[in-house]
Amino acid sequence: MRSVLEVNRRVRGIRDPVNLQSLAAQISQQIAQGEQKAFTKVIDLSSCDPHRTGMQPISFVRQVLSMCCYPELLKEESFPLDVKQKTQKLLEACNGGSIGSYSSSTAGLPPIRRSVAEFLTRRDGGINSNPEDIIFSSGSQKTLAMMIRLLSHEDGQTQTGVLAPLPCPHTLPMLLDERGVKLVPYRLLENRGWALDLEELHRALMTARRQCDPRAIYISNPGNPTGHVQDRETIEKIIHFAASERLVLLVEEVYQDSVFGQDKEFLSYKKVLFEMGVSYSEKVEMASFHSISTAIMGECGLRGGYMELINLDPAVKKFLFHPSCSPSILPQLAMEIMANPPAPGDASYEKFTQEVLLRAETLSQNAGRACKLLNALPGMSCQPAMGGVFLYPRLHLPAEIIEEAKKLQLSADVLYCQRLLEEEGICLGPGCENGHNDENFHIRLCVLAPPAVLEDVLTRLCSFHRHLLNRPD
Amino acid sequence: MGASSTSERLTTALQEISSNVRNMKQMEYFVLCRRTNQIKEELRQGVRKSYREVIDVSWGDPHRAGVKPLSFVRQVLAACLYPQLMDGDKLMGDVKERAQRLLRTCAGGSVGSYSDIAGIPQIVQSVSEYIVRRDGGVPCHPKNIYITPGSQWALTNILKVLVNSEASPRTGVLIPVPCHSTTIISLTALGAVAVPYYLREERSWALEVEELQRALESAKGVCNPVALYIINPGNPAGYVQSRKCMQEVIRFAAEKKLFLLADEVYQDCVYGKESEFVSYKRVLAEIGAPLSDTVELASFHTASKGLMGECGLRAGYVELVNLDPAVMKYIHKLFSTNTCPVLGQIALDVMVNPPQPGDPSYPLYLKETQHIRASLAENVRRVEEVINSIPSFSCQSLEGGAFAFPRVFLQPKAIERAKEAGLQPDTFYCMRLLEEAGVLFSPGTEYGQKEGTYHIRFCIMTPTDTMEEILKRLSTFHKQFMKEFS
Repeated sequence: MRSVLEVNRRVRGIRDPVNLQSLAAQISQQIAQGEQKAFTKVIDLSSCDPHRTGMQPISFVRQVLSMCCYPELLKEESFPLDVKQKTQKLLEACNGGSIGSYSSSTAGLPPIRRSVAEFLTRRDGGINSNPEDIIFSSGSQKTLAMMIRLLSHEDGQTQTGVLAPLPCPHTLPMLLDERGVKLVPYRLLENRGWALDLEELHRALMTARRQCDPRAIYISNPGNPTGHVQDRETIEKIIHFAASERLVLLVEEVYQDSVFGQDKEFLSYKKVLFEMGVSYSEKVEMASFHSISTAIMGECGLRGGYMELINLDPAVKKFLFHPSCSPSILPQLAMEIMANPPAPGDASYEKFTQEVLLRAETLSQNAGRACKLLNALPGMSCQPAMGGVFLYPRLHLPAEIIEEAKKLQLSADVLYCQRLLEEEGICLGPGCENGHNDENFHIRLCVLAPPAVLEDVLTRLCSFHRHLLNRPD
Repeated sequence: MGASSTSERLTTALQEISSNVRNMKQMEYFVLCRRTNQIKEELRQGVRKSYREVIDVSWGDPHRAGVKPLSFVRQVLAACLYPQLMDGDKLMGDVKERAQRLLRTCAGGSVGSYSDIAGIPQIVQSVSEYIVRRDGGVPCHPKNIYITPGSQWALTNILKVLVNSEASPRTGVLIPVPCHSTTIISLTALGAVAVPYYLREERSWALEVEELQRALESAKGVCNPVALYIINPGNPAGYVQSRKCMQEVIRFAAEKKLFLLADEVYQDCVYGKESEFVSYKRVLAEIGAPLSDTVELASFHTASKGLMGECGLRAGYVELVNLDPAVMKYIHKLFSTNTCPVLGQIALDVMVNPPQPGDPSYPLYLKETQHIRASLAENVRRVEEVINSIPSFSCQSLEGGAFAFPRVFLQPKAIERAKEAGLQPDTFYCMRLLEEAGVLFSPGTEYGQKEGTYHIRFCIMTPTDTMEEILKRLSTFHKQFMKEFS
């Protein structure tokens, strides 16, 4: 039998996940077996998974996808006309008229790529998007992994580095580990709403150059988990930085449809890049990522996303078309619906618009309410979110708790989250998963949930937190 | 984008991509695919050709070729996506019951939520029960099963654990010739060395242990072989291994300490009269201790093949046998990077638990599956009959899988012309077949073949009249082609 020592060293180097989900599963199991607890079920708000908490999917999307699966439904009178028309259009784009067929290209169905390209062109005020530069996959993580593979050196050579924000999305560190790439953090400024600081970027790059070969800078905008939305000036500075330091820009823009901060708007990196003139727009190499796991659609379980490539050398681009990456069909169709939603006059327009608006309002109100409540707690401070789906409050924990954590060989934020899970059945994310692994403790909370659910969570979180601070065991 | 030359690109970082990536062979398929798209466009614009549409049988994609999906699975998927469908009488009772049961296993009752890493536990349980039934009672532990977005993805991740790209010599994996191309490409991308073992065409593509031995010998000093990759039933060649052969393979793997990777995705497509699919797991169990407790095995299956043919859903699973628990930990980490789409998992559940006699949907299910099986049997009969009657064409008997992989005997003049065109001879043949007959096959070069031999591969899971059309066009084309280069 093969032993652990024979396992590929790079795989052995992947960090261990904190794995609160495993504890959550155990607790759910205990409840199912009749054990009495202070709560009836576990609520997991550590990642953005809106349907899990009870947010409803968008009706139009589900009606169309359902009909695409089972086209016999086209004969049903109860379905609105625009659902049927959209279904027919989408099935025509599929090989053999079936969602069960492979995409004709490993990058995705050509008509869908065209549709998404048109959407991006409209979104960015006319800046042209080429369908050939759009690659679909099973989610933004997957397309990011594809890009990272392209950038990374082989084992045995100088390690490739990627500059990434601190805090970063909690899935990023393991992804980079798995690719054998070094994550070089650039600290965001908490007291300025998690804004990016250019000097810090330069410092990080200099550090990076001593340790590895930095090739790319990763951006999350709107920020995950920070909720910060970058303004034009910041984006321009970052693009200039990437240009002068010859770094590829990897821009994750999954929450672009959730911006609610006052006077804030989402600006795509591509748009800003092109408005900076040809000396930038023809040279800076960039990949921007989007997916259907957004706040509005929330279709995380369908597994779909795409990336748009800008200024990549065609000789290099072709390596991104790997046959084993054939993307799933249904998510591509979902993406097309996102790109071309019902228009005024369509049968489903009103309902669709209402659902989307309700979703956006819920998110905005939840973020505001949660931030207010958390800031009122002693030992917790929270920057307000301007967009995205998370809040990322700082924990100011008493020394006793930190000591206790050390004795248990845990990070204090992990201990906090474990206790919260055990005592209240609430699963949040510890900041160490987002890269904070010094004494700067944070927790991560997704606020996209039905208001009643969030209210319940907040009440219990506040009660737990106060109790913890008054009880130095 | 602007037309500036590559040398003016601001970052040259991407031009220094890893040699592992650069060495990934560009598939022959791409050049054929490009031309196919052009031809389709030309047809759309009314350009006259001797055919009205292109028949694409280059992939194992039954729906693309016109096979209808199975109603039950599609109804369940539709109901899971839009539960309101279950109001009223639009759907049968067993469809509703299945959809409701599966929705209860999804977080928040929605197929839009993330699922557990290894797959939805109840579905993993279903899969493990299926495996036990299939293997006549050999035990199967759910914790050894991972449901994945496609079987190739699972294979790549197992390889990541096994392949040590820093080592000198590099890791080697024995692969059959012919072998389907995605595996070869994955190996290259990981920095592993593919060590070919040749299947014996004249004996219906038999796997001979002497050949395995020879291949292993050839690896000495070149690489360090750690795994043996088997495809059964075969792809592209349509063989089904005998129990005896499998026992020999297992003993060989045990002796040489090789990890067995058993790609069994076509296990539901067996039609040879003397053939029967037996899983490697079952044969291993039957051999008994100590081998049954020590030989490391990964077996792969998928919802993309077989009668369901749901390639677009991307769902597969891998069962891992006899792995060190500490090693399983690493596999778990790798598999946590991407979960299988929930809808794919639902399709998998239907695959391992289809409608049973007595269920309301059973009659239709039976009718549909019998139709597909009958079409397949008819296609097999016709393909063998027609191909073997055409001179300079020969086809081994088809026992399983979804493809025919006949050998085409090309004349020196044709080979010469191919060289001039900068194409492999069989790619050249496929290109001409596409141009002149509007049929898209896949060249044998894609899969590896003995030096100096040429083959073509095409999917035989199509409606019967489509296959007749294909065979008609192929015969006509082939005769003309042979005449041209005589």
